[in-house]
Amino acid sequence: MSKLIGLTGDEAIAYAVKQCNVDVVAAYPITPQTIIVEAFSEYVHNGEVKTEFICVESEHSALSACIGASLTGARVFTATSSQGLALMHEMLYIASGLRCPIVMGVVNRALSAPINIHGDHSDMMGSRDCGWIQIYAENVQEAYDWTIQAFRIAEDKKALLPVSVNIDGFILSHALEGVKTLDDKAVDSFVSTRKAEITLDPAKPITVGALCLTDYYFEMKRQQVEAIKESKGVISSVNEAYEQISGRKYGIIDTFGIGDAEVAILCLGSTAGTTKYVADSMRKKGFKVGVIKPWIYRPFPAEEIVKATENLKALIVLDRACSFGAPYNPLCSDVISALYQAERELKVINVVYGLGGRDIAPSDIRGLFEEGLEVSKTGKVNEPVKFVGVRE
Amino acid sequence: MGEEKKPGWKTVPIGGILLEPGSATKYKTGDWRAFRPVIDTNKCVNCLICWIYCPDGAIKRLEKHVTVDLDYCKGCGICANECPVKAITMIEEKR
Repeated sequence: MSKLIGLTGDEAIAYAVKQCNVDVVAAYPITPQTIIVEAFSEYVHNGEVKTEFICVESEHSALSACIGASLTGARVFTATSSQGLALMHEMLYIASGLRCPIVMGVVNRALSAPINIHGDHSDMMGSRDCGWIQIYAENVQEAYDWTIQAFRIAEDKKALLPVSVNIDGFILSHALEGVKTLDDKAVDSFVSTRKAEITLDPAKPITVGALCLTDYYFEMKRQQVEAIKESKGVISSVNEAYEQISGRKYGIIDTFGIGDAEVAILCLGSTAGTTKYVADSMRKKGFKVGVIKPWIYRPFPAEEIVKATENLKALIVLDRACSFGAPYNPLCSDVISALYQAERELKVINVVYGLGGRDIAPSDIRGLFEEGLEVSKTGKVNEPVKFVGVRE
Repeated sequence: MGEEKKPGWKTVPIGGILLEPGSATKYKTGDWRAFRPVIDTNKCVNCLICWIYCPDGAIKRLEKHVTVDLDYCKGCGICANECPVKAITMIEEKR
């Protein structure tokens, strides 16, 4: 039977991993991710899982160990944050390049300097192009649900790519929520065990990580382009299968009030919760506002976003990271590219918020919606990139 | 080197994995060569000093003299430098 359990975001990910028959976990502690591996190591200690837990001396080693284990055909999980993800940077590309279906919990946290432990998206956006499927959860329930789905997405023959499940540092990682968990047996039959077609096997020797120069490297990258594009279909079919066992519906993007909205805010992760709350209260007063939340950031849901913005007159894109020196910040750059490709002329405002964990209040979001409504009337954007919540 | 047609991204194994062992011999490194050793078989005394010095094992032993395996010779010129009877000349590769 499914049970309602009080779990923090970190604990929910650890609990999901416990149910997913994971063979190997190699990880290193870092705030605010630590509780994931801490909770999981307790499961190992108590004999609740058969997982091999490898203690390593750094995140670089953690992901290296995961890659080796994944190549043997094992199901592998790790987790990290911020500087840890940055230290993994070169191994991130090796994991995707060698097509290792590793699942990683990323508890998003600001990057140094100055040192900061709170939530923003600069860590994952800094590794945006590493070839991983990137999922952003809005709340603890979603963190649990996506972690389970991530293993099936990663290991699907059409994808065979590493997947990161992102949750906002502290806002989700340390927030206690009632989580509707699934029965162990239901998860077990959903994820089964990993069935790798090519593995490291002394009886059938292969070479992995061989030199690949001007004659083949490009072909390998072209394969990755196709694999991550194809993974969108995989994600959708995994979502359908998951709905069958959980009753919860997931997709590539999530929308709220978008049917008749003239103005929408598009954002990732936990901020979408606050934004939906504000949109809901404004809609009750007759304002036509909505919310678009990409669950999947890579592969980028270009078609889905273009479709969701069909009836809009203005769109506000929230970025919790900076792309220094770029015309727009990471999420907004992608949104604008998608709109341009679809030959859509839509007024867009890019808003940077919440860096280093700075709070964004419902009143800030209400202000942004009001500004969007003004733009929808005048058709004029005064400031294409603006900053909310920073002192002048 | 021959202009063999290589397989495209749709057919090569994913992730750069090599599915058969010992395939390095199939990787003909001779096309890295800018200079080619040419052996004057009349001068060669078959002392095998070049065979010992060749860093790539590209010198092949014959009954009366040596020859070069151009599939793997990278044209470093060590053989020509070491040859005590000056039987090896390095000639520029031209296409």
